[in-house]
Amino acid sequence: MTDASADNELIVDTGRPPMWGFTVPMIALLGGFFGFLTGNTSDYGLIGFLIGLVYGGAVGFILNSLVPNRTAGRWALIVITAVVGFLLARWGGLVAGAIVGAVVSWAAYWIGRGHYRDGVPIYATGGQTLWHNTYLFICGVIFFFLIAPILTIIPLSFNAENFFTFTPEMLSLDPEGYSLKHYRDFFNTDDWQSAMWNSLKIAPMATVLAVGFGTLAAIGLSQPHVPFRQTIMAILISPMIVPLIISAAGMYFFYSRVGLQGTYLGVVLAHAALGIPFVIITVTATLVGFDRSLTRASANLGADPVTTFLRIQMPLILPGVISGGLFAFITSFDEVVVVLFVGSAQQKTLPWQMFIGLREQISPTILAVATILVAISIALLTTVELLRRRSERLRGLAPS
Amino acid sequence: MKLKTLLMGSALAGVGTLAMAESHADMAMDMTLVSWGGAYQASQQNAYVEPYLEMNPDVSITWDESSAEAVAKLRAMNEAGNVTWDLVDVVASDAIRLCDEGLAMEIDTEELLAEAPDGTSAEDDFGDLLVSDCFIPQIVYSTTAAYRPDLFPEGAPAPESICAMFDTETYPGKRALEQRPINNLEWALLCDGVAKEDIYDVLETEEGQDQAFAKLDTIKDDVIWWSAAAEPPQLLADGEIVMGSSYNGRWFSAIEEQDQPFEMLWDAQVFDLDGWIIPADLPEDRLARVKDFLFFATDTQRLADQAAYISYGPARQSSAPLVGDHAELGIAMGPHMPTAPENSQNVFVYNYEWWADYRDDLDAKFQAWLAQ
Repeated sequence: MTDASADNELIVDTGRPPMWGFTVPMIALLGGFFGFLTGNTSDYGLIGFLIGLVYGGAVGFILNSLVPNRTAGRWALIVITAVVGFLLARWGGLVAGAIVGAVVSWAAYWIGRGHYRDGVPIYATGGQTLWHNTYLFICGVIFFFLIAPILTIIPLSFNAENFFTFTPEMLSLDPEGYSLKHYRDFFNTDDWQSAMWNSLKIAPMATVLAVGFGTLAAIGLSQPHVPFRQTIMAILISPMIVPLIISAAGMYFFYSRVGLQGTYLGVVLAHAALGIPFVIITVTATLVGFDRSLTRASANLGADPVTTFLRIQMPLILPGVISGGLFAFITSFDEVVVVLFVGSAQQKTLPWQMFIGLREQISPTILAVATILVAISIALLTTVELLRRRSERLRGLAPS
Repeated sequence: MKLKTLLMGSALAGVGTLAMAESHADMAMDMTLVSWGGAYQASQQNAYVEPYLEMNPDVSITWDESSAEAVAKLRAMNEAGNVTWDLVDVVASDAIRLCDEGLAMEIDTEELLAEAPDGTSAEDDFGDLLVSDCFIPQIVYSTTAAYRPDLFPEGAPAPESICAMFDTETYPGKRALEQRPINNLEWALLCDGVAKEDIYDVLETEEGQDQAFAKLDTIKDDVIWWSAAAEPPQLLADGEIVMGSSYNGRWFSAIEEQDQPFEMLWDAQVFDLDGWIIPADLPEDRLARVKDFLFFATDTQRLADQAAYISYGPARQSSAPLVGDHAELGIAMGPHMPTAPENSQNVFVYNYEWWADYRDDLDAKFQAWLAQ
């Protein structure tokens, strides 16, 4: 037991699965799946499946019985499959081959060495192990369904053509198939630029109003002596529950009468009303864990209510306020229904412009904008998360 | 002291008034134009909005891409007593509806529209295209089919008639049709052996409608229904469909500007009109500005200029000889017009009045048929 794969020998105790009864057929099936996908691109799905079966079975057997060094085995298979892919379909085939090689070789060792039992206790039955891995698989599929549509958009936004199509040039990774022209279009067109500035003007204003009013309302409603708390809460939350189109139509007729329709202020107020429920909900949730004796202690030490609020209460409920503010910002930034009614063409926001673009001329500029927005959202959420961790760390250190 | 301020104030006010009087004293300086967005709106922007702004540098023009829901929005604006639009681009059938509802202003063609260069009155120059008292036509467009020869089976002949749409044996694959009864029912009857001139008579009867739906039934499983005219070119470029119907300008843009391997099938193309309406009861200063703009934007040269940016035929007869080359590609636009002789060998004339009477009924029937 002194060979290079000594660490792997531990697993032998829990039992390597039978080679011909389990490992080889499983990997063969996986290979068949990839073979079917590959074959389908040229209408030979069945032949692809059969070739894939042989490929997967051979890989499962060879890697597990002849190549004990896992790293070497995996790289060898990635390179071999990539080369075959390159011969079949140039650069696009190279990438696809590398991916297939990586997945199949990982699966070959994972199954062949019994790693699929890693997550379950040693006494788990076959059924339990199966369920454990099925569960992980379902989670993965859900994640894939959530994220795949967004990820498809990103390469398409670099399309050199004016269609939402993966062209043959794109698939073979030919630089000719890619271009930044849709990004140039976004940055050089007045329509898109004014829409972006409108969004950047309206969303922060609406957020500030929503956070201000929402936080105060949440604090007020958390006081036990406020009458009709449930009713007031329900009314304040209603913009979230009432279908947007109904709020929008109502606001349209009301704002028209008071002269707010078609003004920046009108759109800001409408978006603030939509954002307030999010702030109320998140702040109320943080207030549940807030210890009221702290405010009494502060008052006891001579602080007036405003100081108490700013120095004691606010820092403690800040995470709730910030995430509420983030939701309010995104609500306003993404909103298209209400602004179509309450705004006029001068207040055209980004979502409005995207909506027009999709309806009238399916132009990949929309995908470029979407990619930029996805990048901004990721940056925004990451920043907030980092800030939250930092403040938690600082607070954790403070007493010592 | 007080008197001096007062004097100065009134003097300043006087200067201000003078300055105002010089530049169209009683015209509003802002104007909101409603159009369709995309290449069509760009052609309007290039052909007459920019030249107009050059002549009137103080005016500012805002576009609102709301023509698709113009009828509903104008109704709402009218109810709210807050009409923010000055000039609205709509298709002829919408203009007729808006005119009937009193939401659009009736036009005095003699007063509002320029004469043709040879002195023909505007009314004669537009001729039959003035389909409503409120409507000033700009362009003639057509709904027509296009296909991709490379997606047909080997040896399939190039389609020559609209009936290729219904021939799934020779041309297997999906096709895209507009999600409304107009055009589709007519094409269905045409390909079911009904003579062109009898179609609306047949469609009036219950049996005729059943016959049209029965013909559509034969391809129902192969149809992708579109609601935005941008969809069919997108689907055809993707190879999701092998043929489809859309506006001829969309096909032109895909074929000539985007180099897509499509072919036009002009057979049984259906003409329609697009043009301006002025919302009813505009305040006087805004109306004055709209009239000033409209006189310029619908004259013979401007309508001919528009055809340099999009392949829609100008609505004035006097504009047709002035149609030149595409502004960027430099190709002659004449042969790409739906009205060009070689394209209009077999035109289907769409009957506005008939559809005004039967639209609601057949819309309901069509939706029910779709849901079956």
